[in-house]
Amino acid sequence: MIPDNLKYNESHEWARQEGDIVTIGISDYAQSEIQDIVYVELPEIGTELTQKTEFGVIESVKAAFDLYAPVSGEVIEVNESLLDAPEQVNESPYDDGWFLKIRITDSSELDALLDADGYQAHIEAEHA
Amino acid sequence: MKRTPLYQVHKTLNAKFTEFGGWEMPLQYSSIVKEHLAVRATVGLFDLSHMGEFEIHGQGANELVQKLSTNDVGRLTDGRVLYTLFCNETGGIVDDLLIYRYTDNHYMLVVNAANIEKDLAWVRSHNDTDAEIEDLSNETVLIALQGPKSIDILNLFVSELDVSEISFFRFMVGEVAGIPTVISRTGYTGEIGFELYVQTSSGEDLWNALYPAVIEAEGQPVGLGARDTLRLEAGLRLYGVDMNDDTNPLEVGLSKFVKSKNRQFIGKNALLAAKKKGITKQMVGFQMLDRAVARTGYAVYQEGERIGEVTSGAPSPSLKCSIGFAIVTSQTISEDDEIDIEIRSRMHPAKIVTEPFI
Repeated sequence: MIPDNLKYNESHEWARQEGDIVTIGISDYAQSEIQDIVYVELPEIGTELTQKTEFGVIESVKAAFDLYAPVSGEVIEVNESLLDAPEQVNESPYDDGWFLKIRITDSSELDALLDADGYQAHIEAEHA
Repeated sequence: MKRTPLYQVHKTLNAKFTEFGGWEMPLQYSSIVKEHLAVRATVGLFDLSHMGEFEIHGQGANELVQKLSTNDVGRLTDGRVLYTLFCNETGGIVDDLLIYRYTDNHYMLVVNAANIEKDLAWVRSHNDTDAEIEDLSNETVLIALQGPKSIDILNLFVSELDVSEISFFRFMVGEVAGIPTVISRTGYTGEIGFELYVQTSSGEDLWNALYPAVIEAEGQPVGLGARDTLRLEAGLRLYGVDMNDDTNPLEVGLSKFVKSKNRQFIGKNALLAAKKKGITKQMVGFQMLDRAVARTGYAVYQEGERIGEVTSGAPSPSLKCSIGFAIVTSQTISEDDEIDIEIRSRMHPAKIVTEPFI
């Protein structure tokens, strides 16, 4: 399940652009690989993210996984419901399980991300 | 990497694999949480063929195992199992293991997978008796059936026997699904359960016989991921993580498996000297008070002072919070005391709890 209307990081985060606001989450493929997500650590509102650098951590029963920003920008909203219900990332990675909304500074950064076809090919290459 | 004789079975079940002690082992089949909860609620089926099995035969067998074992093998009668440790001369733990007594001149040792060669060399180099030591690790498949429904399931495959009559830490030689099997009432999960030792050639047949009954009972095949969370909840140590050649048993809460009275064993003098000098470290169980997960190596603080580190930690599927063990230098720490664990440069609150956690 790889929605066409999103852009993807090679590290499996997705970005959904609406004007200068971008919502960030992880892909269905990533959640199914990680499984059993029990904890999500996210930055506070106002934090400046830099493309391709770490912005948070998700923990499964087995291990911790770093999250990398697909684009740069200021955090304007955090999905607080994940604090009490991190399993939403497993159950609904593209909707209820979103992490952050950020105000982007340079929308051309989105061009550097993979589209759905490119991401599909990337997953297949990782699996090969 | 080494593979168990059941590798193809796991492959067919779409297991995810992981490296453990030089072995390519199933990490999980469905989900760690699902497998964990199945063992607590119904039953789980495990391939533990990576573990090592040695047999010791001969007049000197008893003398040899007594000399190596911190726990008193003299307490065993035929058909009983003992949890024990091998220590080196300085009191460090060489391995933790089970000793099965068939007779006083026939024992089986079951050791950790990563330590098979080390332990074999250890046992052989200390043998000054006529006892013969045979490494049967490659010839043995070990399948564990663990959980409250394990008795009912195993009873489907035995005749003229009710396995509920095998008491905890006892074993017998019998047949399961017509296959000659060492049926042992032991496990590493904190549940009722059995560990079944068969010849490698029969391993797949035994798994294939038990598997449908496990699924029928709403059980699961279980990988090493859930094996780790199950043993953690049960307060059981893992060699190589919670203890190693430099840790002594008194520091990791295993002193009850050290029996020094009226017997000699390797490491005894060092352990007695350490006890006399005063043990400066202890292992404690902790429970996180927020949702953060404390893992191996994280620093532990008490009132701002660093007192030790986490050896094992994971989210507990049964308790829905994270738990773990830590080695700390504090002598005064006790149940319900608050500690802080540093996770990615931030302090997270936890409290000391008595093990087992469940």
